[in-house]
Amino acid sequence: MSTQAPQGLFAVSQALCTLFILLLPFALAGLALINTGLARSRSAAHSMMSTLCVVGVAAVVYYAVGFSLEGFAGLSSHTFTFHNRDWSWLGAGRWFMRDVPLEGSPASFAALLQMMCVGMAAMIPLGAAAERWRLGACCVSTALFAGLTYPIFAHWVWGTGWLSRLGMNFGLGLGFLDSGGSSTIQAVGGLTALSLVWLLGPRRGKFNLEGMPAALPGHNTVLVLFGCLLALVGWMGLNCAGAILFAGAQPGRTVLVAANTLLSAAGGVLAAAAVTRYRFGRPDASLSANGWLCGLAASSAGCAFLAPASAMITGLVAGALVTLTVAWMESRLGLDDPAGAVSVHAIGGIWGILAVGFLPFAPGVLGGLNAAAPAIGPRGQFLSQVVGVATLLGFVLPFTYLLNWLLNFVVPQRIPPEEERQGADLYELGAGAYPEFMTHTDEFTQW
Amino acid sequence: MKLTGLLMMPAGWIIVVAAVALLRLLSAQELFVAAGCGVEILGLVLIVRSHLAEKGGSE
Repeated sequence: MSTQAPQGLFAVSQALCTLFILLLPFALAGLALINTGLARSRSAAHSMMSTLCVVGVAAVVYYAVGFSLEGFAGLSSHTFTFHNRDWSWLGAGRWFMRDVPLEGSPASFAALLQMMCVGMAAMIPLGAAAERWRLGACCVSTALFAGLTYPIFAHWVWGTGWLSRLGMNFGLGLGFLDSGGSSTIQAVGGLTALSLVWLLGPRRGKFNLEGMPAALPGHNTVLVLFGCLLALVGWMGLNCAGAILFAGAQPGRTVLVAANTLLSAAGGVLAAAAVTRYRFGRPDASLSANGWLCGLAASSAGCAFLAPASAMITGLVAGALVTLTVAWMESRLGLDDPAGAVSVHAIGGIWGILAVGFLPFAPGVLGGLNAAAPAIGPRGQFLSQVVGVATLLGFVLPFTYLLNWLLNFVVPQRIPPEEERQGADLYELGAGAYPEFMTHTDEFTQW
Repeated sequence: MKLTGLLMMPAGWIIVVAAVALLRLLSAQELFVAAGCGVEILGLVLIVRSHLAEKGGSE
């Protein structure tokens, strides 16, 4: 975006940034509970264990390599000139964050925030590939994600890359706007989830011989709904920190950001509950949870810019969209996505990006971001957002698909279908999540 | 079919980026960006169909 991150944060902004970033683990915990609750009990421990490993691998790889490729405003980057315009396409920092002293500069806050953001994005495929993705393979896939896929796209959006400069270089509004990560975190994670769902195939028993899907309900709805509440806390931290660091918002603007986040989530859950009530006669808990999460995913892009009513509309559309696309993807596209991650994060994220392009901004928000902002034509801003979506579909999806397809030859990603019967817990970890509730056939036969 | 789809998606993206970089008129940019997005969506449809065909073949 053409608005530059501030070169020096005031003490208040530093304190707020620290607070907001420290809220982010709540979003990770919420996503972990949602992914686990929506999977069957035979893979619950595997799901939580995978989450810990993925977050760990992502943080280490991003610290070692990822941030150097992503960069930040004021750090060096690889640039070429085409048609008299500079195209910044990759960060050129030194590995292990040696360019960024971790002492409170904006770049250091961005680095800390994104060490968690990349883990959050890498967790999204876990929900889609639940019950059939090997632990070792998901760690290696996460390493590729945190070291390549995420930093490249995040540089273009948050590291003063070419997408963020579409406004400055080509007069397309303010350039690609996404302060909270609807594209960099949600859509990139969701498209990676889509590629893995394709590569892994459905769970055993999900589709019958005629291709009709069977219902394999999650094992704990309470975990899922509690995870939604935890995710809200983390998302507020993510969106507020992102607004300060990547959109140059003043600390007072975080009130708008937090309100927009809540309103979008509220719109999402209410729309999902209403649509499922209309379609099935009763509101569906897991789809309503997906609506809540989809509202959050869609909120991130415009939370620092949109008026509260616009944020609520974003959430309402996201909630309705997710209930329809989850069923459509399963029945028409043959995708087995237990957590609905592709619909929630990819489609919700893309919708959030596009919504910034045409929904009304909050009064005075542009002056607060950049007093010298050019007059924004709605067509130019929308075109900027469309270019960002085209980049996600035209670059990120094929790239992540190719990476995981190649990885599958080196490290087989799927648990053998015959082992799925006993569950990923027993196959990979040797013990179940709920041992006291397991039925041991031999014990029964002895009596 | 899958390979074609995988190649069409970056091809569409290149059309989009080229439209933004080379054209000056906003309406022309919009037209070519829409065309590039159309190529991407065609590529996506091809990938989806190839996976559906694989799934049908394995059942």
